[in-house]
Amino acid sequence: MSVSNTWDADLAATRIRELQHLPGALLPILHALQEEFGYVDESAVPVVAEALNISHAEVHGVITFYHDFRHKPPGRHILQVCRAESCQAMGCDKLIQHMEDRLGVKIGNTTEDEAFTFLPVYCLGNCALSPAAMLDGRPYGRLSPEIADFLINDARRRD
Amino acid sequence: MRIYVPGDMAAISAGADAVARAISREISVRGLDLSVIRNGSRGMFWLEPLVEVETPRGRIAYGPVSSDAVPGLFEAGFLEGKPHALCLGATDEIDWLKRQERLTFARCGITDPLSISDYIQHGGYRGLANALERTREGIVEEVAQSGLRGRGGAGFPTGIKWRTVLNAIADRKYIVCNADEGDSGTYADRMIMEGDPFVLIEGMTIAGLAVDATSGYIYCRSEYPHAFRIMRRAIDAAYETGYLGASVAGSGKRFDLDVRLGAGAYICGEETSLLESLEGKRGQIRYKPPLPAIEGLFGKPTVMNNVISLATVPIVLDKGAEFYRDFGMGRSRGTLTIQLAGNIRHGGLVEKAFGMTLRQAIYDFGGGTASGRPLRAVQVGGPLGAYFPESLLDTPLDYEAFAALRGLVGHGGIVVFDDTVDLAKQARFAMEFCAIESCGKCTPCRIGSTRGVEVIDRIIANEDRNKNLEVLDDLCELLLDGSLCALGGLTPYPVLSALKYFPEDFHGNAG
Repeated sequence: MSVSNTWDADLAATRIRELQHLPGALLPILHALQEEFGYVDESAVPVVAEALNISHAEVHGVITFYHDFRHKPPGRHILQVCRAESCQAMGCDKLIQHMEDRLGVKIGNTTEDEAFTFLPVYCLGNCALSPAAMLDGRPYGRLSPEIADFLINDARRRD
Repeated sequence: MRIYVPGDMAAISAGADAVARAISREISVRGLDLSVIRNGSRGMFWLEPLVEVETPRGRIAYGPVSSDAVPGLFEAGFLEGKPHALCLGATDEIDWLKRQERLTFARCGITDPLSISDYIQHGGYRGLANALERTREGIVEEVAQSGLRGRGGAGFPTGIKWRTVLNAIADRKYIVCNADEGDSGTYADRMIMEGDPFVLIEGMTIAGLAVDATSGYIYCRSEYPHAFRIMRRAIDAAYETGYLGASVAGSGKRFDLDVRLGAGAYICGEETSLLESLEGKRGQIRYKPPLPAIEGLFGKPTVMNNVISLATVPIVLDKGAEFYRDFGMGRSRGTLTIQLAGNIRHGGLVEKAFGMTLRQAIYDFGGGTASGRPLRAVQVGGPLGAYFPESLLDTPLDYEAFAALRGLVGHGGIVVFDDTVDLAKQARFAMEFCAIESCGKCTPCRIGSTRGVEVIDRIIANEDRNKNLEVLDDLCELLLDGSLCALGGLTPYPVLSALKYFPEDFHGNAG
């Protein structure tokens, strides 16, 4: 994953144009922008609204309704840890606490050095191998504090 | 010859990609002529990565295989199915699989998910061929007669839903597949999309023929990027081979299909929220009526079914309604895909006729807890399902039997907890989750859930205990009766069941 290119209004406009013909185009457009830039910049709101002939408020409302859409660039790595029942049954709360200590940031935030955006997720569908996590789109099951440490260090080394 | 290394997300999470790379490396070092197929998972996740080799004796399984073990497997002669510490014998003879009745999952883990010829060789598109020989009414009747009920959770008869859409008059109709599998403890939809995507495409195509819809959408949750990518490639392959598009299988009948990505909102698993989301809006639920079958996507009559329901349609059309109906008990016909999750030794997918008890699922298949500690609670049916104590484990997995206990079979997820669980904490989480995921449209859910968290906190802290228990009871009643959809309407199930069966956990500081 590790996208996070700087926002480029022309490129954003191109992405919007490519998808605006779709029925129900708003989510596909927002996903495309986030995939390109790692987030959806505020400046996209009027452009998307204009393209789809809807109000700024509607676009803003959709961006803020869904947990996925970010309003600012994420860290270089996106680390998602499942917090739902199946993973709770396998001690994800303790694991998350360990990772919070390790990263120096509470879940739901980005580390100060912008290396990691550490997010809760409510189920990755890997419930037979709880606790589950995803790092930059790669899934991990039966995650232990030791493996979590390894993954964090490894990602830092690759930066 | 073929070697199978699952490309299923859970298998990858256990290291399947590294194993596939190690195998490819050995193949080239040894100059062998072998292809590595990234199949779906057989659903035995404690054995993943489960590698299978094709031999004259059939497929032989090895697992769990690590990339370090790969050179040793080659040395031991695993290509001929020779013994090794990781050898599990012939895959078909593995007891865990043999005891199942795999209808919907007949091909999952066996075929190359993206090979349409593999799909056809293993019985794929026979249901479509039969459907093309029938009238619309004939297809709908077959599905109705099979007794198939919505596998998403609500258990509404699929045939009746289809008949409503068939009878609705409109210039356009839609088929929408709900692949927003958000319940913790469930992964059957994901496995089908990653392991046998054509069966879902075929099921949706048959639905389109049945109700005269020419367009369909799969709404796949964004937490499933692997499933989304495989689904997209399968749709492309179906277009290339003429199984989607202007003339499905040369029939002259059109069916178009697209897969869309959700955006991390649990509520979009609710059918009307999903429709709003597909239309590009906030995923807020709609008032019902009108039902989506009358006014659904873009205001048009819409068949909205879960992945498993739609993926079961091909076998119903292939083998007939009677074949399918002969499985099951009471009004729950056919098979249930159970997903064993949480603190479980042998987690995985069990497809079996309705009627197996929870105990059989958890012990005979699941092997008890992963931690080895005593089981204390089980949550069936996702975050809105009740917590059951050990004493209710003999309840059969059947829609009506669970409903009678104020529980849900739901999508078939079973999450096991050992004796370290704190049910007050779980009840609090149920309310917290409802508050996080509420769409905000109705007051009981939007505000009631936050108040619920506060009240449970006060009970745990032993503040005005009896008064607060009364408030919680009252609040739950309000949520049950006053919420617009199942999120607020069913959040009381886990809360009240935790209170009823595990009252000792709510004593907090009072001990």
